[in-house]
Amino acid sequence: MTEDDVDRIDRNRRHFLTVATVATGVVGAGFAAIPFLASLKPSARAQALGAPVEVPIGSIQPGEMVRVLWRGRLVFVLRRDEDMLARLPETIGELRDPNSEVVDQQPEYAVNDTRSVRPEWLVVEGSCTHLGCAPLEDFEPRPVEGWGGGFFCPCHGSKFDLAGRVYKGVPAPTNLRVPPHRFVRDDLILIGQDTGAA
Amino acid sequence: MARVEAEVGKRPEGFLGGLVKWIDDRFPMTETLKYHATEYYASKNFNWWFVFGVLAFVVLAMQLVTGIFLTMNYKPAAAEAFASVEYIMRDVEWGWLIRYLHSTGASFFFIVVYLHMFRAMLYGSYKKPRELIWLIGMMIFFVLMAEGFAGYLLPWGQMSYWGAQVIISLFGAIPVIGDTLVEYIRGDYSISDITLNRFFALHVIVLPLSLIGLVFVHIVALHEVGSNNPDGIEIKKNKDANGKPVDGIAFHPYHTSKDLVAIIVFLMIFFAVVFFAPDMGGLFLEHANFEPANMTTTPEHIAPVWYYTPYYAILRAVPDKLWGFILFVLAVLLPVFLPWLDRCRVRSIRYRGWMYKTALTVFVITFVTLGWLGLQPATGTYVLLARIFSVLYFAFFLLMPYYTAKDKTKPVPERVVYHG
Amino acid sequence: MGKLKVIARLLAIVGLIATSQSFAAGGAALEHAEIDQGNISSLQRGARNFMNYCSGCHSAKYVRFKTIGKYLELSEEQLIDNLMFNAGKSFETINAAMPADSAKRWFGTPPPDMSLMARAKGADYVYTFLKSFHVDPDSPTGVDNTVLVGTSMPHVLWELQGFQKALYSEHTEEGVTSHSFKEFELVTEGSLGADDYDEFVRDTVNFLAYIAEPIRSERRKLGVWVIMFLIFFWILSAMLKKQIWKDVT
Repeated sequence: MTEDDVDRIDRNRRHFLTVATVATGVVGAGFAAIPFLASLKPSARAQALGAPVEVPIGSIQPGEMVRVLWRGRLVFVLRRDEDMLARLPETIGELRDPNSEVVDQQPEYAVNDTRSVRPEWLVVEGSCTHLGCAPLEDFEPRPVEGWGGGFFCPCHGSKFDLAGRVYKGVPAPTNLRVPPHRFVRDDLILIGQDTGAA
Repeated sequence: MARVEAEVGKRPEGFLGGLVKWIDDRFPMTETLKYHATEYYASKNFNWWFVFGVLAFVVLAMQLVTGIFLTMNYKPAAAEAFASVEYIMRDVEWGWLIRYLHSTGASFFFIVVYLHMFRAMLYGSYKKPRELIWLIGMMIFFVLMAEGFAGYLLPWGQMSYWGAQVIISLFGAIPVIGDTLVEYIRGDYSISDITLNRFFALHVIVLPLSLIGLVFVHIVALHEVGSNNPDGIEIKKNKDANGKPVDGIAFHPYHTSKDLVAIIVFLMIFFAVVFFAPDMGGLFLEHANFEPANMTTTPEHIAPVWYYTPYYAILRAVPDKLWGFILFVLAVLLPVFLPWLDRCRVRSIRYRGWMYKTALTVFVITFVTLGWLGLQPATGTYVLLARIFSVLYFAFFLLMPYYTAKDKTKPVPERVVYHG
Repeated sequence: MGKLKVIARLLAIVGLIATSQSFAAGGAALEHAEIDQGNISSLQRGARNFMNYCSGCHSAKYVRFKTIGKYLELSEEQLIDNLMFNAGKSFETINAAMPADSAKRWFGTPPPDMSLMARAKGADYVYTFLKSFHVDPDSPTGVDNTVLVGTSMPHVLWELQGFQKALYSEHTEEGVTSHSFKEFELVTEGSLGADDYDEFVRDTVNFLAYIAEPIRSERRKLGVWVIMFLIFFWILSAMLKKQIWKDVT
């Protein structure tokens, strides 16, 4: 072998080793980053505190609403009376998404006329889909204004009907979110979980 | 490796080259990188003693990163601190690893720093013109001691509380201002939630920022005069036609590739501890600290963490509160004066006489033994031994002007000794 | 002095300290618990023992049932049926049945939380403690303990171990007579023989050692991979270094 050959082999070997070492280093750094990034996820305590919440509904009267906290978020549980249910179809023409076509805003069992599992019971997050303020109750109909009853957000004037559906012409883009929920018994709703297992 | 510097009158290569030129026209990026990193020349005959500076830097970076992530979950209040550490250990994903990295890192920081300082004693790295580097380094050491002390209070365990109680009370030994000073440090009439909160501010903001600033200045001072080497020769005295020291080699790729090996070996030892023995038998994570702080019961055996024990042993050896404190402070401060205590004309131990070699060996034995003694109860023979070794500790420094002047030195070569 | 020598010296000192004989506060030497944290059935029994005999007074407030269930290979059902008496959900932590202020009133000092006891005092300490109750007519609980003299804890496991008496031997040195603990003698039999009781305590201590650091076995497994990766990385980087340094003469 000539000196040039030895030189060439050395340079190739050096190049290979450099690439291999740098690649290993990058892989190592990637693995090292994982624990730090993963630690940012909700911890076991957050998950425990974020567990499903049981809401007894036996004593809620028709037309009455309770507020509960699930995962630190406000949830409205409204027992709609017959008048409220009757008024639901009247204002459909003024709604942005009357058929709940935006998939993210409710589970599939809430894609119906009443946006609920059982017609009487509305379960929605009390968080305006504009910027997150808590909407106020405004259930009394005002036919003169074309208002059938629902929720009004004081921050920027967004309006939602008695199924949490957003009106057109307001800043909020989508319907109020329906969280996963199910009826454990007739007098007990579980918010945060919709499958059978406890 | 492709070089992307732009020379005057030459079109920059590709997008990356253009970007670099854009930055270089507005910021001394490439020239700083060259001067301080890639083309910084250091001796070719570095041995593994010269790796501890880089390792200290790596540990510092790791403590900063793990510290940040711990701060995201730790609660600096007496009622919540201990529980928040267990929260990190059990509920936060990978929290246990981040915690162990930080606690092991603290101990390894001192191991590395002590070895780094020892290198300076072996090769005279503190001698002219490097006295300022040494002074800044000693300041880093003091800040590091404070940082470790403040950090240890944070878990709010039995040892955290009572160790802090003992050491802060020490300052009460200072005449006239002592008691007021102690109250100022504590912020309260005893160690409390208030103390914890301010130690948190010290540990997370004040001291780390100081450390970063001091490390920066430390490196700038080093680069101004250039690194020492195992032969203690000034390589800048012998330059070639290009103005580069003949015994020097560029930092990149030579010292970078060598330091990488050292860093990996260090990480192997470090991770072995993290994953298999994070407690280190109670030395790195003391057993008593797994009990929450209890103001009514002192643990049977209070000892500071191992890295303070040499100085603690000296403190306890003196049967007087004020003098114990004074000698303790002196023991920590004395190394500052090494550049002036050391009268030898020669830097490196390779060319020094038997006196210094003996003295340094005795010093190492003394320092380690004092450390061990600091962990034992202050009874019986331990007290006598602590006194004997304390005397030896001070003798090393105070007699140094004498034995370093008298020592017979060997002739120092012109060129470094390198065997390839 | 070479770097290796310095490190070896430091490690030797560390090793000496770490393996030194452990002693209890009372001065009695501690027995070795000899627990095996890989033994899942021992841990399952220990969990059962803890919940049945200890959790009445002692909480383990940093430990979640869910964590235990997973590690001990228990189904959610088994967990709820066998271990969860007061708790509703598996993500809850192990709390004591007895309210803390009542406990403090009745015992003078609240029964300490057990989450970290095995790490604070060591498994050997807890093991020896649970075996060292002896009759003491002067004590309000009727017993005392050689490992923690003056303890307010009653001998909750008396039905299993029975009651034992502490025997002391006398020494007279320079006119001063002192007593030191010699051994125990069983005065009332329990439902378990000595070996079975030892195993009961061992299982319980094994469980306590586990809950003191649930992540232990996972961290050791992960450590093997990390070191293997670093060895590989080390070899590569050493080869690269050697190649680059060929230019240096």
